[in-house]
Amino acid sequence: MSLHLWIIPLLPLAGATINGLLGKRFSKSLVNAIALGSTALAFLYALWVAIQFFGLPADQIPHIERYAAWMSAGNFSAEFGLYLDQLSLVMLLIVTGVGFLIHIYSVGYMAEEGGYYRYFAYLNIFMFFMLTLILANNYLLMFVGWEGVGLASYLLIGFWFLKDSAANAGKKAFITNRVGDFGFLIALFLLVKHFSSLEYETIFKAVASYPIESSAGVLTAIGLLIMVGASGKSAQIPLYVWLPDAMEGPTPVSALIHAATMVTAGVYIVARSNAIFNRAPIALMVVAVIGTLTAIFAASIGILQTDIKKVLAYSTVSQLGYMFMGCGVAAYGAGIFHLMTHAFFKALLFLSAGAIIHGLGGEQDMRKMGGLRKYMPKAFWCMSVATFTIAGFPPLAAFFSKDEILWKTWASGNHVLWLIGIIAAGMTSFYMFRLWFLTFFGEYRGPAPETGAHGHDADSQRAGHAGAVHAQQDDAHAAHGHGTPHESPMIMIVPLMILAVLSFVGGWVGIPPALGGSDRFDHFLDPVFKFNAEATPTAEGATLPAEPAEHEDRGTELMFMAISVAAAAIGFLGAWYLYYKRTDLPAKMAAAAGGLYRLVHDKYRVDELYGAAIIQPILLGSTNVLWKGIDATLIDGAINESAAGAQDVSDGLRQMQSGNIRSYAGWVAAGAAAVIAFMVWKGVR
Amino acid sequence: MVPLSYYLVLSAILFACGVAGFLIKRNIITIFMSIELMLNAVNLTFVAFAAELKVLSGHVFVFFVMVVAAAEAAVGLAIIISVFRTRETLNVDRVNLLKL
Repeated sequence: MSLHLWIIPLLPLAGATINGLLGKRFSKSLVNAIALGSTALAFLYALWVAIQFFGLPADQIPHIERYAAWMSAGNFSAEFGLYLDQLSLVMLLIVTGVGFLIHIYSVGYMAEEGGYYRYFAYLNIFMFFMLTLILANNYLLMFVGWEGVGLASYLLIGFWFLKDSAANAGKKAFITNRVGDFGFLIALFLLVKHFSSLEYETIFKAVASYPIESSAGVLTAIGLLIMVGASGKSAQIPLYVWLPDAMEGPTPVSALIHAATMVTAGVYIVARSNAIFNRAPIALMVVAVIGTLTAIFAASIGILQTDIKKVLAYSTVSQLGYMFMGCGVAAYGAGIFHLMTHAFFKALLFLSAGAIIHGLGGEQDMRKMGGLRKYMPKAFWCMSVATFTIAGFPPLAAFFSKDEILWKTWASGNHVLWLIGIIAAGMTSFYMFRLWFLTFFGEYRGPAPETGAHGHDADSQRAGHAGAVHAQQDDAHAAHGHGTPHESPMIMIVPLMILAVLSFVGGWVGIPPALGGSDRFDHFLDPVFKFNAEATPTAEGATLPAEPAEHEDRGTELMFMAISVAAAAIGFLGAWYLYYKRTDLPAKMAAAAGGLYRLVHDKYRVDELYGAAIIQPILLGSTNVLWKGIDATLIDGAINESAAGAQDVSDGLRQMQSGNIRSYAGWVAAGAAAVIAFMVWKGVR
Repeated sequence: MVPLSYYLVLSAILFACGVAGFLIKRNIITIFMSIELMLNAVNLTFVAFAAELKVLSGHVFVFFVMVVAAAEAAVGLAIIISVFRTRETLNVDRVNLLKL
């Protein structure tokens, strides 16, 4: 039975094509109808597919649909084919569902922006590529989606391309991702070399007969290279630098692409390739270590950021670190579980932040917010749910997912990683409540409403939200007055509420046995991750990555949960004390910490380090050697010199054509004489 | 009977005179006459060979050349008159419009 999966990605593609080519002439409501309609249909169809999926017999999962051969060369061939199993089903529902909500929200958020149709065409093309990425049945088609979402991300980060910082951020994202893609491509080449195929099914079956590599081997190499690609796409150390800058894009884009979906592609591909990683413990360990380090590193940067979106961006990097941490200890289910809850609560955080920014007319600096609780109560409540979720308070969604990761990290014996993870969890709680208190409590610190100075004038230059394209919005806002912070329109609030509900209850599908649940989410995903675990011929001296023991004392697990909650509570209390009770303290502490404070505040100066170590040498080399040396001197020189030579020769030849008839006759006579001389010499008859 | 080589040498001398005249002289009329001289030098070789080899095609060629020369003389003189009318000179060095 065919489920016609191809319909799902092609719906947004159709929307993007129509809007992209003709949208300029369309009215906004028509653009809305096409963009939202195609996404909504894709979501509904995905729901229908999900229902069908549960009716499939177990031997038909994964459900693979093959449509046409794409390319074939020698014994290698790739095809257009889609692959539906539990993992891609979860991703499918997240992408279409959250994507649709953010489409709705965008209608309100982008209402007064120029390039409206362009925005929605980009969003739809993103949906198309993301769905291709998660549904592809081979690495090559997946890579098409992988590159495509990078393109969509580039286009949307640079949406206000007249603003330098946005254009540069787009380039930074794209180029940083290229570094990761380079590793990923080599992984694909290795796969082709060793398995003559890029199809998931073929590769995973072939891998099952490989022994577990106790030292570095080909699977380790493939795993590490996949991780290079994943760390580019999912913003892990050392390639995370693009994500914070990506906040130059419109806020719904930050929510959809740079929080909920695209950046999780790296986690997805690591989980998808679990057959490979399970046989390469070294690569798996690297995944776990990178994830853990990223989690704490980004969390520590987030503590001192003042731009509300930057805080959330570093929080995203940090949470992605948790997902890799989960995957790295072979708890792929936990990683994907966190991916799902993160999609809900991070989209909610960004969209709430967007509602705040929108309500303040483009202000992003938390130091100019405060007391917004009474101006925008709905946004406040949504944001509160999201904040308590990400901090890890039960019974909200992220408590279950994050705790499962931490517990499985401990249970797999990586106690140091667990310790770092729990500290990062405390930091997460701290910076999120710092954001919460700074934004919603205390007194409003923005421009006073009664003076009539509205939000933009002073700040729009600095605020990333304001751009050249944006100027017309400023005018529009000025027209209806923007003196006081105000609640956003219902079209923006409704998606917030839906996401808030999801962020609240989304974790209940994975309540662990220790709390009386049955960990249904994990068991649902089990077939994907146990796909070839049974058929493992265990090599000597190596074991499968430790399966978190189910029989482990439930009391221990409960104790660790208590520790997690305690870490979250400590973060909450710290933020409460510093940013609510004693608001004078942070400045003093900053002064006391001195150099360390500045180091963290400057994001550990990683951008500067990359600039000095990599970008400057490349720039200098490109300028002096490639441009001025090879291009200007060698290539241009060769062309210019040959042109000049032709000109010189022509100058000489031109002298022959003097206009003097007798000299022409002379040439003719000389030529005739030469021919005769030649004939005499050769003796031609 | 006069040997063939005599005719050929005479013809070569006449042709060389024609070429020299063509290259050296500035007056168009003289140049024109030099051309006639070259044509007739060639005619001489044609008839000499025709007589020597006992074939008629040499004679036929001569008639062709004479017809062409007559036509050329008509056209050429007309051009010369036209040139003289517009430029008031017969000096070829001053008729240099062919230059780029």
